[in-house]
Amino acid sequence: MDRRRFIAGTAVIALLPFDRAAATPDSMAEAIRKVLGGATAREERVKLDMPPLIENGNAVPLTVSVESAMTDGDYVKAIHVFNEKNPQPNVFSAKLSPRTGKAVVGTRIKLGDSQKIVAIAETSDGRFWSASADVIVTLAACLEEAT
Amino acid sequence: MANILVNVPKTAKRGDVIEIKALIMHPMETGFRPGPNGQIIPRNIIEHFTATWNDSEVFALKMSPAISANPFVSFFAVATESGTIRLRWAGDQGFAVEEQVAIAVE
Repeated sequence: MDRRRFIAGTAVIALLPFDRAAATPDSMAEAIRKVLGGATAREERVKLDMPPLIENGNAVPLTVSVESAMTDGDYVKAIHVFNEKNPQPNVFSAKLSPRTGKAVVGTRIKLGDSQKIVAIAETSDGRFWSASADVIVTLAACLEEAT
Repeated sequence: MANILVNVPKTAKRGDVIEIKALIMHPMETGFRPGPNGQIIPRNIIEHFTATWNDSEVFALKMSPAISANPFVSFFAVATESGTIRLRWAGDQGFAVEEQVAIAVE
């Protein structure tokens, strides 16, 4: 292999991951659009806690907290979480009320690949808030054989 | 039957915000995985989780196949009055389980 061909080859390899990544974030954007219904989410008030580097994608701890007084007049109505590269874009949708007291929800999720996770909160005044996290997964969920 | 672990304080002061943690044994089969015979294993997940405090809803969660097996959820609730916190899980293949814990509010 001559030097020119080698350089051209490495350029193609360098581009590959970008091609793959462009495939499914569309379905996440679509799912988010459905929740927002034309509104836009501001990147404020929401905190998405996840480890940045995950060894095992089968059970990844995730906590979403939203700054809110949680009073009858001003509370978080819903928290939605989305992912880019699992087979489906939705992770969960939580319904909250002033009775919830504190807009914090924690669970454990499966991740099929390194990807971006987005959390969206809807407050009682109809506004949307968001946060996102990029996580790296070394062992993906769903790959092991079922027994 | 399903194994359930629930963590709720036994007592609370009126107006306190308490944390409730719940874990239930369930495979949360995604419906995307092939089984040993190469056939896709049918989806079997818990889709709905609800928590009520003396029959008024304090928290609800709609889950997807992306929730880990043996789903764990933690959330908060305002301690309003003594009574029963009822947690319900419902999902595919007729799955419906309920667990209740008593709480004393002073």
